Amino acid sequence: MDLGFIFSSAAGELFSPTTAAYALAALGLAVHFGYSGLLNFGQAGFMAVGAYGFAISTLTFGVPFFVGLLIAVICSAIFALLLGIPTLRLRADYLAIVTIAAAEIVRYIVTTNQLTSVTGSANGLAAFEGGFYAMNPFPEGSYFGMNNRDFFIRVVGWGLVIICCTLVWLLMRSPWGRVLKGIREDENAVRSLGKNVYAYKMQALVIGGVLGALAGMIFTLPRGAVQPANYGTELTFFLYTCLLLGGLGTVLGPVVGAMIFWVVLSLTQGILYGLIESGAVTWLNTVQAGQLRYILVGVALMLLMIFRPQGVFGNKKELAFA
Amino acid sequence: MGAVFAAVVAILLVVAPASQATTPSPTPSPSNQQFQNSISGFLRDDARAPIADVTITAKSGDFTGTAKSGANGSWTIGVPVQGTYEVELDESTLPEGIKLADGQENPRKVTFSQTSNLSVIFAFGKGIVVQQQDFGQNLLNRLVAGLSFGLLLALASVGLSLIFGTTGLTNFAHGEMVTFGAVLVFAFNAMSLPFWLAVVLALLGGGLFGYVQDAGLWKPLRRRGTGLVPMMIVSIGLALAVRYVIQFYFGGSTQQLPYAQSSEIQIGPVSISPNNLWSLVISAVVIALIGFILLKTRLGKATRAVADNPALAAASGIDVDNVIRIVWVAGGMLASLGGILWAYYRPGVTFDMGSQILLLIFAGVTLGGLGTVFGALIGSIIVGIFVELTTVFGLAADLKYVGALFIMIVVLLFRPQGILGRRERVG
Repeated sequence: MDLGFIFSSAAGELFSPTTAAYALAALGLAVHFGYSGLLNFGQAGFMAVGAYGFAISTLTFGVPFFVGLLIAVICSAIFALLLGIPTLRLRADYLAIVTIAAAEIVRYIVTTNQLTSVTGSANGLAAFEGGFYAMNPFPEGSYFGMNNRDFFIRVVGWGLVIICCTLVWLLMRSPWGRVLKGIREDENAVRSLGKNVYAYKMQALVIGGVLGALAGMIFTLPRGAVQPANYGTELTFFLYTCLLLGGLGTVLGPVVGAMIFWVVLSLTQGILYGLIESGAVTWLNTVQAGQLRYILVGVALMLLMIFRPQGVFGNKKELAFA
Repeated sequence: MGAVFAAVVAILLVVAPASQATTPSPTPSPSNQQFQNSISGFLRDDARAPIADVTITAKSGDFTGTAKSGANGSWTIGVPVQGTYEVELDESTLPEGIKLADGQENPRKVTFSQTSNLSVIFAFGKGIVVQQQDFGQNLLNRLVAGLSFGLLLALASVGLSLIFGTTGLTNFAHGEMVTFGAVLVFAFNAMSLPFWLAVVLALLGGGLFGYVQDAGLWKPLRRRGTGLVPMMIVSIGLALAVRYVIQFYFGGSTQQLPYAQSSEIQIGPVSISPNNLWSLVISAVVIALIGFILLKTRLGKATRAVADNPALAAASGIDVDNVIRIVWVAGGMLASLGGILWAYYRPGVTFDMGSQILLLIFAGVTLGGLGTVFGALIGSIIVGIFVELTTVFGLAADLKYVGALFIMIVVLLFRPQGILGRRERVG
């Protein structure tokens, strides 16, 4: 078993574009759930809307990169509005069921064979990332062992994470953010102060959703392909695991949570595969090792919620629930 | 600040060579070393004897994969990506005297839905004949099939609704309780127990699963005073863990329960498969029984009292913990039964079969009104019929669940408490 390789793969996960995408999407969930108390179980849907909004506008309408980006962001904002209108007045568990249903509706629609010419159905779409890599300012060569494309997407992804974290941090310490936290603590108290709770919730839903859409784009760009199977309900649950790992009502929590999530997944995979190859573990094959990791994710989510709901960084007083 | 961060990024990136910085890729399937996705099937003639040495080809774009069926009739073609493939059975390699059945498309286009394995069935001899039906006939058939589907959904959603009513928990692990029943029947049957015994043991196993969940997890959490939202998230963790535990032991493939294949029979104007008919009758009887228990027996009254107001129920001498325990056991058994029937309706047992209908179960429960048992029944039947009828009215088959979920959202817009729910429940 090559420990050096296992650890360097795990360290590579720290700054992989996928981790950046998870961090962004989990940050969106922090705005929804951590700061506003909105139980959004449809973040995978927002990511799908962002990824497909960008891919379809690039491939079908041939728009330049930034127009595609804008379209993706607008689509996710509209999706948030559509979701928010029927559900934001309802109790938390209704919101959860409706958002998870809406995310699945998005996935079914992009999977259907009826729209193959636009969405590519189960195959998804590919070759839409040209406009992005054409902007790559780094000349060809080796950057810390990576080629210029891999380096560029990491710089952009993590740059976006830093910008969004800063924005969320600024927003949450503004008067607007304090009202939001007030809504989380006691909706009626805020309402009695003359605040329009519904509008605040809607704004939070849109902001978190836009973060999800950006995450969806960062998720697809390095792959050069977007496939509906990636946007199932499990994705949302993994994001919740990241969020709870780091801490609900924090800005850095989701980022650190995403890093821990991917590093642990990579470490367990490396170690399990190593043990299987060296013959130390015989009761397990590599397929089962892959499943064992997701069993661990489920168990971790349960244990976190039961024993340390505030996560690594969180403050127990800042929880979205009693 | 930015420069400092860039430096930190740069240092950490040195540690991680790009070639290794990719996402951990999903694991390959055991049956095929090259690709993680596969198209597979069994070739059996109309006397159910395996057909060996038949060549089958799958094509998509510039990818072509070929396989020969083995001695047991099975064939597998590994494919690089999930998508649409053209599968062709080379009829010249068929043994003498065996022909594809009438109406069997060859070559045909097949599309992966959600699993990494896609099974393609070729029927031989006098097998299934595709009939053209008129609209009215089709409508009637779908209506009955929808009723059958709705009633099996109701089995699961009545349990979910009872649990929600008595404990307030929105249980995302209910889909896994559904899967559990079907997987148990498959497992016991594979141990060559008689079919009836396998079903009975699976129902008992489902009840036991419900009991263990309550005793080991939910009751301690209720004691701690854990809130409803944290409990919901715990149930999601449980759902993930149980789903992958089932996959760990069961694998990713689709398996059939005994008697899964049956040809449709004609009853009056309706043509229905015997399995669907059985499913309809069994679920109707069981639900009538549940209704009787809830309305007429002491236990049922106690359950409704706990659902209405646990504190008041406890004060009037009802053992609330006992009632909740019974509700969990009953919910587990009902979910198991629903899962077995769902395995015949789909048909097939997979590790994620329960989570596929979890949202339809939720839709049924929400439509009827969270926490109302008879609402869950009515809501599920509406969802079941709606899912089946949308295909008659021109919605593509792969979009049929969308209609049901969409209706749920629309109903919440106008009547958030559901059909039978009370206003106060919405809060």
